[in-house]
Amino acid sequence: MIETSVTIVILLMLGAVTIGIVRVRGLFAAVVLLGIYSFLMATLFIVLDAVDVAMTEAAVGAGVSTVFFLGALYLTDTVEAPPVHGQFMPLVVALVTAGALVWGLSDLPEFGSPNQPIHQQGADYLARSMTDTGIPNVVTSVLASYRGFDTLGETTVVFTAGIGVLVLLRRRRNGKEGS
Amino acid sequence: MRFDIVLRVATKFILAPLLLFALYVQFHGDYGPGGGFQAGVIAAAAVILYGLIVGLAPVQRLVPMGLLEVMIPGGVLIYMAVGIASFFLGDNFLDYDHLAHDAVHGQEWGVFLVEIGVFVTVSSTMVAIFYAFAGRGRS
Repeated sequence: MIETSVTIVILLMLGAVTIGIVRVRGLFAAVVLLGIYSFLMATLFIVLDAVDVAMTEAAVGAGVSTVFFLGALYLTDTVEAPPVHGQFMPLVVALVTAGALVWGLSDLPEFGSPNQPIHQQGADYLARSMTDTGIPNVVTSVLASYRGFDTLGETTVVFTAGIGVLVLLRRRRNGKEGS
Repeated sequence: MRFDIVLRVATKFILAPLLLFALYVQFHGDYGPGGGFQAGVIAAAAVILYGLIVGLAPVQRLVPMGLLEVMIPGGVLIYMAVGIASFFLGDNFLDYDHLAHDAVHGQEWGVFLVEIGVFVTVSSTMVAIFYAFAGRGRS
């Protein structure tokens, strides 16, 4: 019961912060609101018992990416430019996307229901983790051992992102004529 | 910002616990929440905080760009090396059963090494992106 009310309060605050992000014109305030949004999401993940995800969200979403946004703001301008075109097309795109997402939601199983196929027919990692790997935290054993190949892919994605940003943003060592 | 005494002193107090917490999250990930990715981000946050307070040149003396350029591909290579090692020990790619004398210890070694690979790549990438942003002058 208390969990439900906490969830509802956090979701309401998320909605308010989202409206704030859309409405506010100063980009500095938008960055701060995005950080608040990430902290609220992290709290929500803790309520849902997903501590690993909450930790990642708090560190990446609220911490590091806020610094990156502020760095980008330092390089550009801190006030949003007025829209060039009318706001009708963006509204239509947003409404169609939201409609498609809500329509897709109707196909999901009920929240927290134990009758989903993933809880009944999937590999039973909760029971196997200790005997197979000796690792009590099943999240770690799934990430690094059972699904190690996926994590290799994720690490490669981070690597690719780093290389891409370095190539785009890096100042040239030789030749001062580069902008 | 670099003359603000409150920020400087608070940073001095928080830096060492922050790095220690990154190591805790890294090596305690088997038993509690966390792992290579989270620990990498926390360690990178410590370096970025230091850079924000003291400026780009001192932090680049501490963590030079050349080191990051080795670490970014190095982590992926550590990860791949674990996979290829298990491959040559007669298992599938990234199956750690024969890395040690029995399957459970092999799995623990494999997860340990793989998490170190993730930590190396993630932390160095975050710091490198910060350097890339902070190193550009305002156009």
